[in-house]
Amino acid sequence: MKILVTAKGKTMDAQLDPRFGRAEVFLVYDPDTRALEAVDNEAGRGASQGAGIMAAELAVRLGAGVVLTGHCGPNSFRALKAAGVAVVSGVTGTVREAVDAYLAGKLSPAAAPDVQGHWA
Amino acid sequence: MIVAVASGKGGTGKTTLAVNLAMSAARSGRAVRLLDCDVEEPNCALYLRPEIARTAPVHVPVPVLDEALCQECGACSRICEFHAIAYFGHKPSLFPDLCHGCGGCMLVCPTGALSERGLEIGVVEEGARGACELVQGRLLVGKPMSPPIIREVRARVRPGVLHVLDCPPGNSCPLVASLRGVDFVVLAAEPTRFGVHDLGLVVETLRQIGLPFGVVLNRDAPDERLLTEYCRREGVDILARIPDDRRIAEAGSRGEVLVEALPELQQVFEDLWTAIRARAPAGG
Repeated sequence: MKILVTAKGKTMDAQLDPRFGRAEVFLVYDPDTRALEAVDNEAGRGASQGAGIMAAELAVRLGAGVVLTGHCGPNSFRALKAAGVAVVSGVTGTVREAVDAYLAGKLSPAAAPDVQGHWA
Repeated sequence: MIVAVASGKGGTGKTTLAVNLAMSAARSGRAVRLLDCDVEEPNCALYLRPEIARTAPVHVPVPVLDEALCQECGACSRICEFHAIAYFGHKPSLFPDLCHGCGGCMLVCPTGALSERGLEIGVVEEGARGACELVQGRLLVGKPMSPPIIREVRARVRPGVLHVLDCPPGNSCPLVASLRGVDFVVLAAEPTRFGVHDLGLVVETLRQIGLPFGVVLNRDAPDERLLTEYCRREGVDILARIPDDRRIAEAGSRGEVLVEALPELQQVFEDLWTAIRARAPAGG
């Protein structure tokens, strides 16, 4: 199952971007093949509204099964849930640390959005 | 005649100016209607303290989904410019707060699974204080879209009556929705760098729309150069200067109408009306 991490750069050593909808980069890591794909979240970042929903649509297109991020608002959360994508919020550090922690079973999916919309 | 008061930057005295323009006209015996289009923060009533006589809800049309009819084609999501419908290959998820009410999704749905319902996003309230009538729009807390409420406030303009319109700050859609069909725009401006910058953005907007306008220089001081110089350079008329006077700030913070609390200001506002009438194409 592919792991999507919101990131400020395009490598495993990039810092995690605490925003979901307006994150700079979506880094998608496939633990089975160890392949890493970096996608600019240009549409979400530049959206005048609905950034979370556009970002959720992009996450689904990239085949993510789980999203590791800092914060996830109500619209993003509902969209990801509708798409069957799990969300782990409250994650910090580098992308590598986040992926390692997830694969080690140290992170558990959120049951609800952790911030209001438009939090940053 | 409709005179709009706008500002660009918030906190420059726009509402104070609108309230006192309206009240000075009322005090000199004119029937006037004050329209509060700053629907995210309608504050004219704090000064006017009117009796609210009528309240009407404002609805926007949003889609509802009949899941039994939906064939999961995703056409509704693809046509939505505003990302109010998310589609992941199953039944679409609707986000009515993001909907602008264009109806496109209902047109493209091949099975008629989407129908329309009204989502309440705010209210329009009407009241009066003496000869000054107030119409104010109020956006409900948590609702993101103000132009439909502004349009409802604007729909209450009466032909042949003098209207003063308190615009929302900024220079985006809410301001443009407020300015439709106005005769003249008064810009409340403060002599700070931030104030001059944001004033410049609104001046640009008004020039593109093609509306006549002038500036009221608020919190004026003897050594004021910044805003005066900007207006000279841009060829913008300064219609009035309101001095930086502690008594004005105190009356304002008590929620008083300035032309009532400080009657010597009545003349300043009557002169401002004269300056507006000389520049507004419709006259009146």
